[in-house]
Amino acid sequence: MNEIFSSVLPDYDPGRYFCELTRSRTDAGPVPEWLLERLARIGLPALRARADLAETELIDLGITFTVYSDATAIDRILPFDCIPRILTYNEWDLLERACIQRVTALNLFLGDIYGAGNVVKDGIIPAELVYGNANYRPEMKDFPVPHGTYVHVCGIDIIRDEFGDFRVLEDNARTPSGVSYVIENRHLMLRTFPDLMSGIRLRPVDDYGRRLRAAMTDIAPGGLEDPQVVLLSPGIYNSAYFEHVFLAREMGVPLVQGQDLIVENDRVYMRTISGLRPVHTIYRRLNDDFLDPAVFRPESMLGVRGLIGAWKAGNVAIANAVGTGVADDKAVYAYMPRIIKYYLGEEPLIQNVQTNICREAEGLQYTLDNLDKLVTKPVGESGGYGITIGPRATKEELAVARASLLADPDNWISQPLIGLSVAPTLGEDGIGPRHLDLRPFIVTGKDSWVLPGGLTRVAMKRGSLIVNSSQGGGSKDTWVLADRFEEAAP
Amino acid sequence: MRFDTVLLARDAEGLFWMARYLERVENLARLIDVTQSFESPGYESEAWFGLIRINADEKNFSERGFSPDADHVKRFYLLDRGNPTSVPHNIEDARTNARTLRPLMSTEMWRQINVFHRFISHLTPADLEGDSLSRLCTRLREGVQAHTGITEGTLYRDQGWYFYHMGRVIERADQTTRMLDIKYTTMLPRDGEAKRVAELTQWNAVLRAAAGYHAFKRHARANFRAEDVVEFLLRDPSSPRSVLLCVRRVEAYLDDLRRIYGLSRSHESLEAAEYLREILTEKSISHILATGLHDYLDVVQIHLQILAGAIGRAFFRDWRPEKPGATQTQSQTIHAPGDRTGGRSEALA
Repeated sequence: MNEIFSSVLPDYDPGRYFCELTRSRTDAGPVPEWLLERLARIGLPALRARADLAETELIDLGITFTVYSDATAIDRILPFDCIPRILTYNEWDLLERACIQRVTALNLFLGDIYGAGNVVKDGIIPAELVYGNANYRPEMKDFPVPHGTYVHVCGIDIIRDEFGDFRVLEDNARTPSGVSYVIENRHLMLRTFPDLMSGIRLRPVDDYGRRLRAAMTDIAPGGLEDPQVVLLSPGIYNSAYFEHVFLAREMGVPLVQGQDLIVENDRVYMRTISGLRPVHTIYRRLNDDFLDPAVFRPESMLGVRGLIGAWKAGNVAIANAVGTGVADDKAVYAYMPRIIKYYLGEEPLIQNVQTNICREAEGLQYTLDNLDKLVTKPVGESGGYGITIGPRATKEELAVARASLLADPDNWISQPLIGLSVAPTLGEDGIGPRHLDLRPFIVTGKDSWVLPGGLTRVAMKRGSLIVNSSQGGGSKDTWVLADRFEEAAP
Repeated sequence: MRFDTVLLARDAEGLFWMARYLERVENLARLIDVTQSFESPGYESEAWFGLIRINADEKNFSERGFSPDADHVKRFYLLDRGNPTSVPHNIEDARTNARTLRPLMSTEMWRQINVFHRFISHLTPADLEGDSLSRLCTRLREGVQAHTGITEGTLYRDQGWYFYHMGRVIERADQTTRMLDIKYTTMLPRDGEAKRVAELTQWNAVLRAAAGYHAFKRHARANFRAEDVVEFLLRDPSSPRSVLLCVRRVEAYLDDLRRIYGLSRSHESLEAAEYLREILTEKSISHILATGLHDYLDVVQIHLQILAGAIGRAFFRDWRPEKPGATQTQSQTIHAPGDRTGGRSEALA
């Protein structure tokens, strides 16, 4: 392996980071070697030419997201890196079980805090973190949801540290996006790099639409056999609109906007050319506060007046449920290991990253004392906004971070800087190591199912640790090996 | 058994207008091409400004700071994104609609519109010069024709297909009346043989623009007259761009929607189509020419708008009040930028 590796990538040096391709893993079988040999056979110029064609293909197909800065909106593709990331059979087995464990705990937690509140009464988590949370929705109190499922679609951000251990970085329990790229990346690989993949048995990713629709059917009111499912999107200006289209197509359901829906007598209908048609399940890709102007933001034109009333009357199902934001809050995240243990009596299969909670005096002091060594994050933000990476920040940036922390400590957590794993990635200066993470997607109706693999996001800039698409991140096809290769004899 | 597919009112309207926008692109290319062939030395500006007149764009044209010469007219229609009647604006609108219609369209349709849109957004003034212009018109025409071909071969034929096609033929009928009108805005020699030859050249060009040149020749008398051309473009039962054929198509589509899909609200639109058909057939062409073709074409255009309005009321907007004076544009609700993203957590956080 190492011979092949150094002959194909002589200048490649992952440093102290765990490399997802070249670090030897006994259960990866011959696949990494094959991949390297094939890359070598194609050669750098041809690889680059094909990668360019693949990106052109993405533009032609309009597989784009929209970036907003000030008043301008630009269509961008999610940069695609043609060298896949490989997960072995055993790695995936662990990831899959850990994801289901986590989603199960998240749902039990939500059912509890919107019900009896035992987790608070038993002192597992401070009351103000739950009930004082901006994303706690009192409307949900004592409103049971079908199968106890609040988080029907969950994306869990998982990283791998220097030792190769997986760690959960963040839960996304509201309206996580990115799953469309998992499937589109695979299709793109199959079209543009069939020779890289041939003969390697992978877990397929095509089943997502069917599974999602089945979950939406599971939760429809009244046990209808073939309920009318719709996907509710804010419309073409939303940065994830491509994904909304993709999922509506994969599920085979109408893609609606707020203006297409109307509530009459606590029932939801869509406006069709032949009049109003009943709607039973809404997979919404709209934040809670936009959903119903009668209950949340009164100025929202994206939602549907009366929707929450219809939901509470039991006439429509909404996925994800309202009020899940309290569970994927970065402050609540710190308590997840304890939450898992509390409900399931199990240790987390994959641990959190160690997290300091600045609302607690101890956590704040530690963070302030070690600001230059820690990553500080605002708890209510997403998309990589507001993050300061201590070891890489300038004096001025650290001063700004310090001031923000002191001004509103409750809004901050800090974590040690994790050396995210890397994988060979095609850059302008050849193939080099780039940091990456993984976001598996879990679909839950009656039961949970995990899409094999997930979205591998990669920081395209050398040395960068920020993988977010809004900040220049790209993605890779994520291969889950279907074969369980025997571990080599010692 | 037919699948009982659901068609959102908004999507029906989107399909109707996407087809119209693309048909406009094709016809604009046809009109520009024919205008170029009308150009006679010394009268270029008049010939090109005729295009402004038949599209009733005089006000729009001057408000956007253009002056009536050939270059400005070409830029106004081929490069000016701010002009709602331009090729770039129409393709932008078509693509925006295509975006909302993606769940109903084939990937091939979407891809072609996307690529075509990119081609048009990269046009420069050099593309309008000399022999480039005619080549550009050909590319524009072929771009739309590729779209129609892909649509024919891939668009699922449920209710949506009918709305798409109604939009297409209503726009086409409207555009054919404008092609006929162009003849009345151009300069001709005063009289005699020179006039006769010039007129003949012009009629031939109009026929070519409407893709009817050879079909007309096969049917027309050797010594054809103006009214033969007018008759052909207005009433020929077989020419794909004749106004009558287009109106009959609308009637047939509405009838299918009623018969096959039980859409009984087509009543008012069927009446509007029937009335339009009467306007097209009741008077002799010589009578129309004697009383004024231009005014007659205006009447036809107004009734096409009435027809489109009736379809809109029956299927697109029955559930909300119609905006006054909005007959010829799509009733899209555009949200304020702050509201339209639905929050930031949707970014690939």
